[in-house]
Amino acid sequence: MPLAHRLYDSALVLAPSGRLDHDNCEAFREELAPFLERSAKERLAIVLDLAGLEYVSSAGLRCFMLAAKQAKAQNSRIVIAAMQPVVSEIFQIARFNLVFDAFPKVRDALAALSPAAAAAFDRG
Amino acid sequence: MRVRFWGTRGSIPVALTSADIRDKVAEALYRAQGRSFASVGEAYDYAVAHLDFSLTHTFGGHSPCVEIENGGDEYFVCDMGSGARPFGAHVLARQSGRPASVNVFMSHVHWDHIMGFPFFGPAYAAGTRIRIHGCHDTLEHAFRLQQAPPCFPVEFSQLAAQIEFVKLAPGRSHEVSGVQVTPAPQMHSGDSYGYRFEHGGKSFVYTTDSEHKLENRAQTDRFVRFFHGADVVVFDAMYSLADAISVKADWGHSSNIIGVELCQMARVKHLVLFHHEPAYDDATIESVLRETRRFEELTRGARALQISAAYDGLELDV
Repeated sequence: MPLAHRLYDSALVLAPSGRLDHDNCEAFREELAPFLERSAKERLAIVLDLAGLEYVSSAGLRCFMLAAKQAKAQNSRIVIAAMQPVVSEIFQIARFNLVFDAFPKVRDALAALSPAAAAAFDRG
Repeated sequence: MRVRFWGTRGSIPVALTSADIRDKVAEALYRAQGRSFASVGEAYDYAVAHLDFSLTHTFGGHSPCVEIENGGDEYFVCDMGSGARPFGAHVLARQSGRPASVNVFMSHVHWDHIMGFPFFGPAYAAGTRIRIHGCHDTLEHAFRLQQAPPCFPVEFSQLAAQIEFVKLAPGRSHEVSGVQVTPAPQMHSGDSYGYRFEHGGKSFVYTTDSEHKLENRAQTDRFVRFFHGADVVVFDAMYSLADAISVKADWGHSSNIIGVELCQMARVKHLVLFHHEPAYDDATIESVLRETRRFEELTRGARALQISAAYDGLELDV
């Protein structure tokens, strides 16, 4: 799964796409790992931009849970943005809406994390 | 086969309170605004057709006890939770004085799964034959211990029935009075075992108090093989997925989401959510059922999976 990323001031926006399930969740974790390390070193928050994620299984949700735990342990934070309706429903049914703060758009998530990150996003 | 649920709640029995019943009645009356009923039967029909299950019923209260009827003379039952008390009354009424032969299959010996046995009427009837099957070395010890002083007034040795303990080997198929029974090891504190019953071309799987680790692909594949093609799977869906893999990880239970995914992979026909969380009220369990059906719709492949939530009194034809 290609993990596109962009930095907006103190926030990293990561954008997984396609399907996240039993077959590719470990590859996704490996791709995510350096960004989690970087967020700890550089004190960056992470926004998972899920606009391109079509489906997530329980194994994929576990990857998000592990990432959230690691972020919490390193005093960082992960939030979710721009979920497609199907993924949003799955989050709710699995009660992951109680684990993550979720925002309709990436800019909303950045604004909640830091005004500077939102301003950087607005500058493009 | 026919499956009859005598106890469906996990961990500890739960009773409706007077306030719960008052609230259900008040809500039902409110929803019936403007209607009048010429008879109780008419009101009954309205309630069944128009009101939520959680308003007109309760998922219930007793801890695990599930009967499998195969058309023969002998009884088959999984676990002896508090549902064993009404199950015992059913056996005695049906036998009308004739001695019963009861085959019990124990998932494990935690308290909620054995607590009904001291109240299981047939155990006090001379001539009853009870064979308690399981894979734990501690099976007999646990049954005797809960009736030892000072925990209970009648010691196990005073029971009038002829009681045998039968050790089963996990992973092997055993023939028990014409039914093929295969136990499978499960992840739970002190271990637990699921059972697959096969009779007359039908298959039924009872799998409770079982945690599934998503990172363990070999375990997932083993359960897919164990469930494969089953007509009905009764599944421990006690927690939400988020709880099951975070704050309640290693507590030995599973979730509705994992139940659906395993049953879809195993091409199961009917998933029954079981071992309900004692903190959940009827409306919450009904909401979990609705959401689980929706999750199945969102993830459905070539064939649909039927989904139910077990309740005390539910009967299913397999």
